[in-house]
Amino acid sequence: MPDAASETTLQPDLLGDVELLRRLYRQMVTIRRFEERVHALRQSGGLQGSAHLYVGQESVAVGVCARLRRDDYVASTHRGHGHAIAKGVDVARMMAELFGRETGTNRGKGGSMHIADANVGMLGATGVVGAGVPMALGAALSARTRGTDQVAVAFFGDGAMGQGLVYECLNMSRIWKLPLIFVCENNGYAESTPVEYALGSRDLARRVEGFGVPTVTVDGQDVFAVYDRMGQAVARARGGGGPSFLECKTYRYYGHFIGDDPRRYRTAEEEAYYRERDCIERFERTVVGRGALAEAELRAIDQEVERTIATAVSFAEESRPPALSELTTDVYTQG
Amino acid sequence: MTRELVFSRAENEALRQEMERDPTVILMGEDVAGAAGRADQGFVDAWGGPMGATKGLIQRFGPGRVIDTPICEMGFIGAAVGAAVTGLRPVAELMFVNFVGVCLDPIMNEGAFLRYMLGGQVSVPLVIKTAIGATGRAPERGGGSAAQHSGSMYSIFAHVPGLKCVVPSDAYTAKGLLIAAIRDDDPVVYCSHRQLAGTRGEVPEEPYTVPIGKARRLRPGRDVTLVGIARMTGVCLEAAARLAEEGVEAEVVDLLSLSPLDEETLVESVRRTGHLVVVDEDTPRCSVARDVAAVIADRAIDRLDGPVKTVTSPHAPVPYSGVLEAAYVPTPEAVVTAALATLRD
Repeated sequence: MPDAASETTLQPDLLGDVELLRRLYRQMVTIRRFEERVHALRQSGGLQGSAHLYVGQESVAVGVCARLRRDDYVASTHRGHGHAIAKGVDVARMMAELFGRETGTNRGKGGSMHIADANVGMLGATGVVGAGVPMALGAALSARTRGTDQVAVAFFGDGAMGQGLVYECLNMSRIWKLPLIFVCENNGYAESTPVEYALGSRDLARRVEGFGVPTVTVDGQDVFAVYDRMGQAVARARGGGGPSFLECKTYRYYGHFIGDDPRRYRTAEEEAYYRERDCIERFERTVVGRGALAEAELRAIDQEVERTIATAVSFAEESRPPALSELTTDVYTQG
Repeated sequence: MTRELVFSRAENEALRQEMERDPTVILMGEDVAGAAGRADQGFVDAWGGPMGATKGLIQRFGPGRVIDTPICEMGFIGAAVGAAVTGLRPVAELMFVNFVGVCLDPIMNEGAFLRYMLGGQVSVPLVIKTAIGATGRAPERGGGSAAQHSGSMYSIFAHVPGLKCVVPSDAYTAKGLLIAAIRDDDPVVYCSHRQLAGTRGEVPEEPYTVPIGKARRLRPGRDVTLVGIARMTGVCLEAAARLAEEGVEAEVVDLLSLSPLDEETLVESVRRTGHLVVVDEDTPRCSVARDVAAVIADRAIDRLDGPVKTVTSPHAPVPYSGVLEAAYVPTPEAVVTAALATLRD
């Protein structure tokens, strides 16, 4: 974490790209408001079901996905709302999925931990830590075999760095030079277990370089830093240069799952430190401070997002649950 | 045109014909070719798969479609699932079925469940091709391959919704079931018995499918139904021949598909014969053999004239010693004994 926490590393050449800046902001705020609404609904008892909140890490998903095309692939984690929104999944259908409705992205059969939309290359969140990584590897292999220039991204956390599977995939990505980008969101905790306990060496870059995969460590709370390094990784992948690994240092504001009290394993001081470096506030200070966007524009986007989330909740609440016949459909392709 | 072919060559022909027909079919696994990256030293296709079933495919289709993997079943089968949902039809070779111990997650939690969890958005046209069974090596000289390389274990796959599981019993069903598995839009585990790999049978030259989900009546009989799986189908045929010498007409049903299970053929046969013996090389607890018995108990108990018998390996891992391995696997004698027992009761 850099000490200069108040701003971001906005590159001068992006100052005039107002469309990009608006999109980055809108997506980060959409993720945050979506999840805050989910959290509130859970607190009030209006919604049940397993969910893991991404709040605090928005700049990672948004900075990464801003470099992707619609037909590129993303394999996500159990903490997948942010990745889905940043990849372009419709938030109303996501909310309907959380409500277990037939209009949900997964027809109400997956829930928060499996949100997917094949039409935008979102291959799905997953309930098994590390399991999305070989999915992305296979998608990258598929793209190359079919002769397209699509790339694939595997999101995973520091917790997945304990899974042998991830290292198998690092190795295969390198020997086959696949168009795959590993995005490790190091938020400091695998459930309640801190990285200083779980990672024998906390220098993940050195670890991964041992596999021959180019690696960078980036301040994940700085959307422009993520966007910048992701741009280099995507260019390498699309150009046939093989895989890359981005370690994004970040922080989740809530517990591991909704209902988990993180104060059982971390201090208020630590939480305050990261909240002072909040990715959305830093973005705003930078772009407004440097005159790229007016504050009024951001407030207008805020209102637009509030309406989107309110519409999503209404859509979910008004949608029907799946018919009971759905219990055994789509186990197999036929019937 | 039909001609005699060795079982593993029938599998090879199935793979070759499907890879020629469909450019999205790829083959991946440990040593499916062998000596990967050593072409510059004149080494290509060192193994062609552990049973030689994939020999010659890399010369025809190249290393882009015949992919030697590192030894990492969890990783490469997980990758095969990812490839299957993004436009390919991978055939992933799991060298021996016991190795499912390191890769059940991508097979079950991803491969089998994805379509359902995602509300039907994707299909997973994946084949896991694996070897099952005891070695049958000469009992008087050493032994076989022991517990970690000789299991059957297909009941694990039959238990998982979303998976299909097929077990050929001869060269003809090997080619037809493998082609059917490759063309199927769902994940199929294809289990070939290592002792069948060298057996010969009549195989049509042209591509054909043996339908998944259908059992096959190999020998008609009115007194007792013998149900066989993989190599045990041959054991049932041998037992039926011996029973005929004692005046018992045994019907032999070759199960072929463990999931979906062809309940209709089983029920119809037992309704006629009134007696059932299920022969399964797998261990007995929560097994396919006991599942077949349960189906009959549920749907045809009123027509049973004797107890249902299962002839299986004991509830023990596969032993190494040839003497013990021979005692482990069901024999025609054991099947005859079981058939006579249910007829007597």
